[in-house]
Amino acid sequence: MTDRRTLIMGLSAMAAWTGCAGPATAQRGPRDIQAVVRTLVGDATPVAGGISLDLPEIAENGNTIPYTVRVESPMSDADYVKAVHLLAPANPHPQIVSFFFTPQSGKASVSSRMRLAQSQEVVAFAEMSNGAVYTAKQSVKVTVGGCGG
Amino acid sequence: MSAKPRIRLPGSVTIGDVIEIKTLIAHPMESGVRRNTDGTLVSRLLLHTFEAKFEGREVFRAALHTGTAANPFISFCMKVPGPGEFEFTWVEDGGARTIERVALKVS
Amino acid sequence: MKNVRQKACAAAFVFASAFGGTGQAQQGGGDPIERELDTYRSMMKSDPWSNPGMLDVDRGEALWKTPAGPSNVSLDQCDLGLGPGKVDGAFATLPRYFVDADRVMDVEARILWCMEKLQGFDRVKLLTRPHPSAGMPVKVLGAIATYVAYRSNGRSFSATFSHPKEREALALGETLFFRRTGPMDFACSTCHADSGKRIRLQPLPFFSKPDEARKNLGEWPAYRVSTAHVMTMQHRIYDCFWQMRLPEVELGSDVSIALISYLVKQAEGGQINIPGMKR
Repeated sequence: MTDRRTLIMGLSAMAAWTGCAGPATAQRGPRDIQAVVRTLVGDATPVAGGISLDLPEIAENGNTIPYTVRVESPMSDADYVKAVHLLAPANPHPQIVSFFFTPQSGKASVSSRMRLAQSQEVVAFAEMSNGAVYTAKQSVKVTVGGCGG
Repeated sequence: MSAKPRIRLPGSVTIGDVIEIKTLIAHPMESGVRRNTDGTLVSRLLLHTFEAKFEGREVFRAALHTGTAANPFISFCMKVPGPGEFEFTWVEDGGARTIERVALKVS
Repeated sequence: MKNVRQKACAAAFVFASAFGGTGQAQQGGGDPIERELDTYRSMMKSDPWSNPGMLDVDRGEALWKTPAGPSNVSLDQCDLGLGPGKVDGAFATLPRYFVDADRVMDVEARILWCMEKLQGFDRVKLLTRPHPSAGMPVKVLGAIATYVAYRSNGRSFSATFSHPKEREALALGETLFFRRTGPMDFACSTCHADSGKRIRLQPLPFFSKPDEARKNLGEWPAYRVSTAHVMTMQHRIYDCFWQMRLPEVELGSDVSIALISYLVKQAEGGQINIPGMKR
């Protein structure tokens, strides 16, 4: 990995503003998010699949990365998606967002924008009304500006 | 003068349609880990909750964390049960609320 | 000579790319990284409604219509060149010469004039730190300019540069664009040197080529993702001067209007599509 921190003074102050962290944060490995995941979805064993996570492969700037997350479901009173949680394990704080649906939602589909400190695998969990939990992940390469780099 | 949130509802809808509702609000979503040029930490200030109610009942909710980008854009869906009023609420750290009410016209 | 300029540009600017940036000005266009980035860019641009810059368009509209300043009037008598209060299409005809001010003005200089003359605001205060710092929203003047520019969406840049002072501004702008100066011996053309150049991942439009000017100028004012605010053209030029280590450009100065005149002339016929979405 190329050293990103050879920034010329002045220019780094200008370019290093981000929403996420201060200048020249060390590249971190993804943290262990198991504890966070447990508080979100309990002890259920997540099953891979069921979630479609639409993210660009490279983000020009980690500050603002558009995405759409979708879970197929009848969204009926008996069978619907209760929640979708998104995590960025290599961010200073791993939680991005949690979306809570109701049968009235019609579709478990949300578009929004995340911020990522650095290149990493974004992880999604979907909680279903029947107790099942699904999971999916998507790698995003974050180039300049993620969190000061 | 701060900007009013933007809300986009489809023009004409029928009962049973699954519609897309788009929202956009100006907010720095200050994460609390960023530093000023003098090294001091910029205090965290986030919109931590977004709620969408229709005719008084919650349809959709979002818990926003530091991984959500500034000027949050959230687009979500609702199955139209009939005509009525949306109430959108954004809650900031500290409790300040921004509330917008929009009527949904149904043909 | 061109190689020396490229290396000077490379030495001064950092290519902290994750993909083995060598410190050379990268050739964009056909490379696979550009293509993957286009997915990101098109996702960001796919829904103009959701461009956060639209929040400033809305804010600018409210500011135009709301009485303000010591005189407590709105800007609805402000003449942007098509008559008092006529906003639609005005941005597309700027910069132009204004008789009352006896100078050529761009949209921001003209709004500054109206805020001063109609609303009674202190000009010096308006010119002090007029641009937002990273993370802060565009200030009042910039928000109004964004709204005014938005009301020319779909139109083409059509400033005529027929008045002698307009021609003078244009000639000055062209000269300044190519003149090397300052401690780095940079001109605008040092970086905006050719097609396909970029600084880090930011493509640099080759403004000397009308085709590229037409494609790019109409995106300003633009929402900049890296600073999470709208950047106006006056701010863009201010920032370029800062990057070139030149003295601060005053908002609405002859130099700034001259450069904007040159860019607008190069972009003649290009469509306006505000707010843009930039890195």
